Amino acid sequence: MAFENRVDIDHSVHDIRMEAIKIFEEKGFPTKKDEAWKYTSLNALLKNDYSVFPKEESALEFKDIKKYFVHDIDSYRIVFIDGVYSSHLSQTSHEGLDVCIMSSALTKPKYQLVIENYFNKIAKKDDSLTSLNTAFSREGAFINIPKGKVVDKPIQILHFATGKESSLMLQPRNLVVVGENAHVQIIERHQSLTDNPVLTNAVTEIYTHKRGIVDYYKIQNDNQDASLIDNTYISQQQSSHASVHTFSFGGKLTRNNLQFFHKGEYINSTLKGITITEDKQHVDHSTLVHHATPNCESHQDYKGIYADRSTGVFNGRIIVEKEAQKTNGFQQNNNILIDDKATVNAKPQLEIFADDVKCSHGCTIGQLDDEALFYLQTRGIPKKEARALLMYAFANNVLESVKIPEVKIRINKLIAMKLGVNIGFDL
Amino acid sequence: MLKIENLHASVEDKEILRGINLEVKPGEVHAIMGPNGSGKSTLSSVIAGNEDFEITKGSIKFLGEDIDALAPEERAHKGIFLSFQYPVEIPGVSVTNFMKTAINESRRAQGLEDMPANEMLRKIREKSELLEIDRKFLSRSLNQGFSGGEKKRNEIFQMAMLEPKLAILDETDSGLDIDALRIVSNGVNRLKSKDNAVVVITHYQRLLEYIVPDFVHVLLNGRIVKSGGKELALELEEKGYDWIKQEVAV
Repeated sequence: MAFENRVDIDHSVHDIRMEAIKIFEEKGFPTKKDEAWKYTSLNALLKNDYSVFPKEESALEFKDIKKYFVHDIDSYRIVFIDGVYSSHLSQTSHEGLDVCIMSSALTKPKYQLVIENYFNKIAKKDDSLTSLNTAFSREGAFINIPKGKVVDKPIQILHFATGKESSLMLQPRNLVVVGENAHVQIIERHQSLTDNPVLTNAVTEIYTHKRGIVDYYKIQNDNQDASLIDNTYISQQQSSHASVHTFSFGGKLTRNNLQFFHKGEYINSTLKGITITEDKQHVDHSTLVHHATPNCESHQDYKGIYADRSTGVFNGRIIVEKEAQKTNGFQQNNNILIDDKATVNAKPQLEIFADDVKCSHGCTIGQLDDEALFYLQTRGIPKKEARALLMYAFANNVLESVKIPEVKIRINKLIAMKLGVNIGFDL
Repeated sequence: MLKIENLHASVEDKEILRGINLEVKPGEVHAIMGPNGSGKSTLSSVIAGNEDFEITKGSIKFLGEDIDALAPEERAHKGIFLSFQYPVEIPGVSVTNFMKTAINESRRAQGLEDMPANEMLRKIREKSELLEIDRKFLSRSLNQGFSGGEKKRNEIFQMAMLEPKLAILDETDSGLDIDALRIVSNGVNRLKSKDNAVVVITHYQRLLEYIVPDFVHVLLNGRIVKSGGKELALELEEKGYDWIKQEVAV
């Protein structure tokens, strides 16, 4: 892929992009030889000849895509179609906060300082896919919440692929800056509307300042021809709270690289996920919480339900630096294999260099409990529905920390849909 | 209503039931007693359709129909209810929502519409009052963090909601204090009618002071070795099971 001549040289981030190209050229796409990619292969995906910059623009009507939004809540919306910003589907704002797009943030002088301070600062520079995105991303969400601002409604970021191109690669780039005492909730979704292959290589950088709160919900329910590599990097200042909930139900291959970096004391980080897969789906959660400061907490809880020949990976890394005394780091990963052919590779990695810490991890791989199934059946609930109820119960505690009720309802519906049952898991 | 003939059942090639004969008619209360390991819980599981057990010989008829091949939920839809000794915890699903699901799945199986919400709520209120169940209890996750007594009371609440023709109560008295025992028994007695039947499976005579049986059967080594009236339970309480073992041996 000859990208070089497509780089926008006028951007203030030109040097950063050139550097990123170099790194990507050196490293190339990751292979199974890389320890971090041991169980996830991109080979099959990279056989497609992706268009990187779509030639023509597509339009979509809101009524046709309404169902992909959490549409029963008032929200800000940032919508992209084949990587291009759609102003008529979006509802942005510059009143008391900035909910807009990267392309304008990168070009308008008033954002120059924010870009200089935050763009590509926490994203991992030696990561080849992150570098690929850094080099060629043109668009994404730019969210800048000033000090003390509690955002009145959630922000939804949606990416649609229309299939105008026979195969499409998207490189969205999001930047979220949450000021002191500010609070924001974000819902993100990638949705392909076509059978043509789509590969999204997304990078999101999130910065929370003192006592800032960010709650991020990733709804991954794409169709079976779409794949996603999500790289999310979060930098937290003192007493800030950041949570990321990842709901992985759809997509052909999904890789979530989720990394938290602590830059102050009394930080709280929450990483939770529910994964439900079937057919030959593959979902990989690779998490990192880097405790570098004292008195911080992190909570990880990932539940996975794997059917058919689907495969899963949980690679959860916690690093506790020598300085990070009184760290509380919890990690839980529980998996259910529905079929004999389904597999999951779970690898908790705790690297602890401080001596006064509380860290725990638990990892289980099992099957549904036959006795519980029988119990539900004796109450007249058919086997299929009974299994679904048990799976729901298994994954339930991940939903408890979802703060937007409508998101919780939506996830409940998606779980019911995914499990092929018509029971309302309303709470 | 229930007719069991020469029933043999095994789990993993180990025979547990070795020729059970039992007939339960509408309006009757039967008690099945026996020492640990005699096959009491297996019998209740097999009647309710637990697939872990294989029926190797004999038959189970319910309302004149052979039910051997039916799934547990199909038996439930026909009116068989099993109260568990160890009810299962279902986090995230409230008692109320669980009952809605159970009732509506049964109705769907019978080609009926879902029960209207107001009717459902009225029924839940009525039956929870019967079992002296607090409203707050109904919004808790099913069996999660329930005490032993709460679990059992909740089992009988479910029975009240589902209105089965045949209720099998497996060790419902275990883990109950005297107040809970009174509430649970009272609930069962209030639900009794000439059209339904109850099979009480128990280790001790205590429960039978509250739920008075018409017949008492003694289960030993997978067979019913003695049947009698309610006085048999008292005799067992007094003398234990050894005399029956000796009697059978002779």
